[in-house]
Amino acid sequence: MERLLKIDRRIIFVFVAAAVTIPLLIKFDLPVIATKEVRGIYDKIDSLSEGSHVLIAFDYDPASKEELQPMAVALLHHCFKNNIKVIGMTLNPGGTGLADSAITEVGKEYGRKYKEDYVFLGYKTGVELVMINMGENIYSAFPKDFKGNATTDMPALKDVQSLQDFDFVVDLASGSSIEAWIAFGKEKYNFDLGAGCTAVIGPDMYPFLQSKQIEGLMSGLKGAAEYETLINRKSSAVAGMSPQSVVHVLVVFFVIFGNTLYFMTRRKK
Amino acid sequence: MDKKTDVSILTWILVAFCIINIFFLVTGKLGFDAKGLGIITAVALTLAMYSFLYKDNPVFKIAENLFVGVAMGYWIIITWFNILKPDVYEQLIVPFFKDTGNAPQYIVIIPTLLGIFMLLRFSDKLSWLSRWSFAFVVGLGAGITIPNFIHAFILKQLTFDSLIAGSLPDSINNFLILLGVVSVLIYFFFSLEHKGVIGGVSRIGVWFLMIAFGASFGFTVMARMSLLIGRIQFLIRDWLGIIQ
Repeated sequence: MERLLKIDRRIIFVFVAAAVTIPLLIKFDLPVIATKEVRGIYDKIDSLSEGSHVLIAFDYDPASKEELQPMAVALLHHCFKNNIKVIGMTLNPGGTGLADSAITEVGKEYGRKYKEDYVFLGYKTGVELVMINMGENIYSAFPKDFKGNATTDMPALKDVQSLQDFDFVVDLASGSSIEAWIAFGKEKYNFDLGAGCTAVIGPDMYPFLQSKQIEGLMSGLKGAAEYETLINRKSSAVAGMSPQSVVHVLVVFFVIFGNTLYFMTRRKK
Repeated sequence: MDKKTDVSILTWILVAFCIINIFFLVTGKLGFDAKGLGIITAVALTLAMYSFLYKDNPVFKIAENLFVGVAMGYWIIITWFNILKPDVYEQLIVPFFKDTGNAPQYIVIIPTLLGIFMLLRFSDKLSWLSRWSFAFVVGLGAGITIPNFIHAFILKQLTFDSLIAGSLPDSINNFLILLGVVSVLIYFFFSLEHKGVIGGVSRIGVWFLMIAFGASFGFTVMARMSLLIGRIQFLIRDWLGIIQ
């Protein structure tokens, strides 16, 4: 029995790898039901009229790409499909490439034009100072976009002077930027805020839902899968749900197995 | 396992990796272009990182150091083109030496100097100047953060609608939140001995804490597995082309 407790950890890695790979190869669908939290963001974007302005902050880097990029892509599909003007930005220098490719590729898919229907403002350092600057005057915070074009006369930013003029702001975060957007953005300049985050920080965000400081929350790959289901465009996040379920069952099994063995050996001693 | 076995495992994996990629390139499954070569590089680095699961090895170390170097290089370029060039170089230096029709923004000198002072920490003689920059950052940070945080994270969180919500589950949720907050606060209240009613309530607080830790751990497992799922999706979809 003690030999089982000292099992080589690499055997467990093999089980986990198999639990992820086999469901992807066999491909079986498990139902993905959208929760109230994710529906909050979907309903808000769906309620916006054509030509509304949505600001998406891509505050993550490649380390969180697997969780947050599917979320960003699903959000962009929803916005472009509803003819909403998308303004992208990032407070994370590592997020520029991911944000630029997501916004450009999805925009092209719907035939949207850069500068007219969407724009990517790029990266600015300072986090809360950038938010305060944007709350006062967005053109002062971002005089030029990511490609070096002047932002002042951009059709995509027409009627937008500050954060208050956005119809909805969504922060996709792998760090603590959601708290910053709440404290220095939403509470200071009063606009509707939605959030998407990695599963690790998901539980910390629930108090803000309860206090209605955020309209909705997408947490981890599960949140992205729910959004993909809502917009009826099942992609990599939904495909990731079957291995996720299988691997969760495996982890639960290992927890029970390890604890049972532990208590049995302790009793024996 | 001995070093010889490890070297032979590594050699066989490298040979297999090369054969697979040459086959893909020759058959046209992967293009001999930026996209195709990018995929091969990404696959090599993914496998190198996961090789740590077998044991620490030189291939993992190379990939790890490469990641740090590339990330730093990328950050420097992004910082130059997004911040230093538009906000300092084009606002202050270019108009100073060339007639661009815009006057040089001399106000930019102050933050630029404070930024340079930060770097003087590396100098024995001039490191005292960095204290000015840190004093500015700490003072500004505290001044901006404290009132906003108190408003957003304490006062707003204290706002409590009613225990009776629209539906029965919502009312139960509200009651549980109230019970959780009160019992956990009492658990961390050390001025009274945890006996009798106080002891009972603090024990409820411990249960709430345990459930919160469990939820956090569950979410963390989900996050880590999502990363693995994403990488395996990439390997079997973008590289091997087994799934669509």
